[in-house]
Amino acid sequence: MSLQRGCSRSLSPRTTAVSTSVFEDFKACISEEASCQTISEINLKKQKMIRAVLVMNTQGRPRITKFYEFWPVEKQHEAIRNVFSVLCSRAEHVSNFVDAESIFGPDSRLVYKHFATLYFVLIFDSSENELAMLDLIQVFVETLDKCFRNVCELDIVFNYSKIHAILDEIIFGGQVLETSSTEVMKAVEEITKLEAASNAINLVSKSVSNWRSR
Amino acid sequence: MEQLKTIGRELAMGSQGGFGQSKEFLDLVKSIGEARSKAEEDRIVLREIETLKRRLLEPDIPKRKMKEYIIRLLYVEMLGHDASFGYIHAVKMTHDDALPLKRTGYLAVTLFLSDDHDLIILIVNTIQKDLRSDNYLVVCAALNAVCKLINDETIPAVLPQVVELLGHSKEAVRKKAVMALHRFYQKSPGAVSHLVSNFRKRLCDNDPGVMGASLCPLFDLVTIDAKSYKDLVSSFVSILKQVAERRLPKSYDYHQMPAPFIQVKLLKILALLGSGDKQASESMYTVLGDIIRKSDSSTNIGNAVLYECICCVASIHPNPKLLESAADVIAKFLKSDSHNLKYMGIDALGRLIKLSPQIAEQHQLAVIDCLEDPDDTLKRKTFELLYKMTKSSNVEVIVDRMVDYMISISDDHYKTYIASRCVELAEQFAPSNHWFIQTMNKVFEHAGDLVNIKVAHNLMRLIAEGFGEDDDATDSQLRSSAVESYLRIIGEPKLPSMFLQVICWVLGEYGTADGKHSASYISGKLCDIAEAYSNDETVKVFTKIQLFANKAGKFKAYAISALMKIYAFEVAAGRKVDMLPECQSFIEELLASHSTDLQQRAYELQAVVGLDAQAVQAILPRDTRCEEIEVDKDLSFLNGYVDQAIEKGAQPYIAEDERNGMGNVSNLRSQDQHESIQHGLRFEAYELPKPPMQSKVDPVSSTDVVPVPEALSYRETHPISSVGSTSEAGSSELKLRLDGVQKKWGRPTYSTPTSSTTNSPSEKPANGASHVDSATASYSKSRDSQNTKKTEIDPEKQKLAASLFGGSSQPERRSSTGHKASRSSGGAADGSRGSKAVEKTIQQPPPPDLLDFSDEPTVTSALPSVDPFKQLEGLLDSSMSSTTNHNAGTATIAPDIMSLYGDSTASQDSLDIFHGLSTEPTGATSGETTVTTLPQSVKGPNAKDALEKDALVRQMGVNPTSQNPNLFRDLLG
Repeated sequence: MSLQRGCSRSLSPRTTAVSTSVFEDFKACISEEASCQTISEINLKKQKMIRAVLVMNTQGRPRITKFYEFWPVEKQHEAIRNVFSVLCSRAEHVSNFVDAESIFGPDSRLVYKHFATLYFVLIFDSSENELAMLDLIQVFVETLDKCFRNVCELDIVFNYSKIHAILDEIIFGGQVLETSSTEVMKAVEEITKLEAASNAINLVSKSVSNWRSR
Repeated sequence: MEQLKTIGRELAMGSQGGFGQSKEFLDLVKSIGEARSKAEEDRIVLREIETLKRRLLEPDIPKRKMKEYIIRLLYVEMLGHDASFGYIHAVKMTHDDALPLKRTGYLAVTLFLSDDHDLIILIVNTIQKDLRSDNYLVVCAALNAVCKLINDETIPAVLPQVVELLGHSKEAVRKKAVMALHRFYQKSPGAVSHLVSNFRKRLCDNDPGVMGASLCPLFDLVTIDAKSYKDLVSSFVSILKQVAERRLPKSYDYHQMPAPFIQVKLLKILALLGSGDKQASESMYTVLGDIIRKSDSSTNIGNAVLYECICCVASIHPNPKLLESAADVIAKFLKSDSHNLKYMGIDALGRLIKLSPQIAEQHQLAVIDCLEDPDDTLKRKTFELLYKMTKSSNVEVIVDRMVDYMISISDDHYKTYIASRCVELAEQFAPSNHWFIQTMNKVFEHAGDLVNIKVAHNLMRLIAEGFGEDDDATDSQLRSSAVESYLRIIGEPKLPSMFLQVICWVLGEYGTADGKHSASYISGKLCDIAEAYSNDETVKVFTKIQLFANKAGKFKAYAISALMKIYAFEVAAGRKVDMLPECQSFIEELLASHSTDLQQRAYELQAVVGLDAQAVQAILPRDTRCEEIEVDKDLSFLNGYVDQAIEKGAQPYIAEDERNGMGNVSNLRSQDQHESIQHGLRFEAYELPKPPMQSKVDPVSSTDVVPVPEALSYRETHPISSVGSTSEAGSSELKLRLDGVQKKWGRPTYSTPTSSTTNSPSEKPANGASHVDSATASYSKSRDSQNTKKTEIDPEKQKLAASLFGGSSQPERRSSTGHKASRSSGGAADGSRGSKAVEKTIQQPPPPDLLDFSDEPTVTSALPSVDPFKQLEGLLDSSMSSTTNHNAGTATIAPDIMSLYGDSTASQDSLDIFHGLSTEPTGATSGETTVTTLPQSVKGPNAKDALEKDALVRQMGVNPTSQNPNLFRDLLG
């Protein structure tokens, strides 16, 4: 730090400016500390996981977004926009991996796949393998396709909760849970069946209770 | 997906309304889809928000409608608008009994809320209830929510239930419970550290899926502490072996690969466990070789497994045969047309290159292709590889490449990164001073404000101290070449401010040293740049006040310090100083500056110029910037003053920890923290009122007693919270929790405040189990740091400092700013601020030796040719013959490997036959793979089953082991 030494040596009386520069330093330190910690650094320091799943269309509109750690809405939106601007600037026959550290903080990787009008994006860290994540996207899309028969963007828009149910069967709390699309399908079908059943029970019980109270 | 391409129908379907949604929602989606601009979309969404606000206020909304509203809220928030007005409705929906509504509610809250949101406390109770539900789907939904919504404060509220679910009959639930526990571990390792053994137990679960799930937490645990999991190496190896041999049910296959994701996880774990452990590594060689040999490199997932194998091979104790086959795989990757595989190949090459540097030679052309590739991702990965293989022989080519790339990109984040890489390499391997200065100039010019300030300091130190040789001639040559290059650069517009600082400093110190340039020439230049850059800096002053000290002021301070040095050297040399008019006006401007620091510097300059030669020489001796400055950090010169004051009747200084409880700042802060503990909510039922005896705790011993009420409340609520079994888990948990708490509360320094709060009987238990952990942890931490600070500073000085700076809290802050000074500013602004900063800077460790050429010299002849392509060839030490030789070598070796592995697989097969006959595979398999060291045999739900099996095996004369037989029954199909 010869820089400081050189300058400080050039100043002999040391008392007068002390109070102000302490205050200024103090302010500088505060602002430095406040600004340098972005949300991603606070949240993502140690956890090894898949950080987010994003599905957006080719116009940059998000279709499904799921962050496995909490991100405030504005941050989410900003990240989605940044991801989109990176993705649409990618040429056609290049790798499916993108350096995402500038968007999601240190040790973050991004894998995407382009299907028709949709981008499927996974953000994760060094605990996962890029090629494997690419296949996880494949699993997701295969399942969607089985579920909706020729899945299209609109299916995804209108079956929001079902898509999330599928996603939850594949990725759970940021870890890969299941990679067989048939198994996922089974689980999701069971959910649908039971949901329908509980609806029916509800109707019955309600009518029964109504009848009783009468 | 080919099918996805049929998306042409797109919005045409919107009008059909065949999705069970209302017309309204369809219209919304449609109109947003048709929006031409962002503004239009925003307008539509805002209108939708208004509608939803209105609708949600209506009474008696039918449930189906409500569900749709929630989905619409999610949709609105996904588009980036605030939907917080509807959160409460989502929370309400989780309370609903109907499964679809409950699931929607949970989905919404997991997407809406953070784990410290105020509304969470309204959900925790529901989650507790749902985790105990008979319907496993409800349990799954709750577990899903748990992962996202529970934080370290609320973990204790749901932990017993989640632990209980580890023994659930449905494997889907067990799997999710393991992962939820893993998530708890990630969020707050302390809260679940006593449950870690559960992960080991689940490794032997009946269901391979659950086993796979338990690999995730084990991977985390092994990452943190590999040593305590060495005993599992053989288990992992045998599991991997069985997976690779397709012993898992067919349903775990993915694209004809047996459970590839489990394989990848296992390989990652083995890589960690085998790193630097010869014995463990040796047990892995066979299975790794098998997988590499058998793997299907035509599918994506097959390559993923192969890549993971390479990583593992590179990480464990090296084995030449495996390295050989790994190199072959890399060759395949690099030769592939797929960019993805090239990327993986480059990455893998970077991992392997440390072990066998010659591998790169085979692939030099492929590497160069990747460097030229338009794909940025690939390019960056390649730079990463080049960084790893930099030597003094190729540093010039590589760094020049990096600098060129750095100039071409606009991504600040990566620019910073690659700039620091350039600097690092240049410092480490620089072949000549001239090249070094040139490179640094380029880096500073294009990424000046992005590089770490340390880099600037290092550069200046380097120029000041030379390259560590005692050759003064080279040093001064270095300096004058630096001065020359800076004088050239100085005319260019828009230089980064950090670079300007370096320039100012160097010109000030050495501008006139070699006598080539006159003082007035240099000072004129300095004033020019000060003039040129003062304007755009002042704008910033008004926009960002905190930048004031850092930016404009600092720069001007640099300029004027440089001026002062130049004039002082002139005076000391006995020459007459004639100031240029622009310098005069610059100084006058600073004399009237708002910044006291600048003002002071300006006045000092004036004073120094007026002194005689001898005095100036004493103040600013030439060429002494490398000498250490003695600092009296005890401020002993003030002792007399202090003694005088005490004699006159002033109170002597009492250290802060001695006058505890006197209401100083730190105590206030801790008080605050304590308040927050008290206001926390708890999630257990209230306990029975205690006899007053309990709350009357002796204040002195109270710290030890504190856990008691908490333990009581825990025990009392225990029967309620965990109706089922798992008393074992419960009790161990109770015990361990207490340990943790005791340690945290056991700090002797904090006796009085604690006792006072324990005396309030209703408040204290209320925060009981759930809140104490985190808050006390942070509290004791802050306490710790305060204490350490205190021990550094002598009470006498503290008093003195307090009197100097006013206020009892001052000494603490002063010391902390003193620590930060070296970081927070370039030194100009705080140069006059006192001895601390200076002392700090001197203690910096010396930078890495720049002339460290000892790093393995190579045969490479990097001729100074102009063609970059050829240079790169040189960098890779091209020799076609060696490549071909090598290939031939591998070809002959390959069968060798085959025969090697052939043996083992043959024996394996014969054993398999034996298993088939015995109908009880357990004992033999484990015997063969020598798995004997699982710490706990599983006593889960199938303990009886397992024991029966054991007995059966014994009857058949095969030695059973402590391995859980059930795993193998399943694994062997």
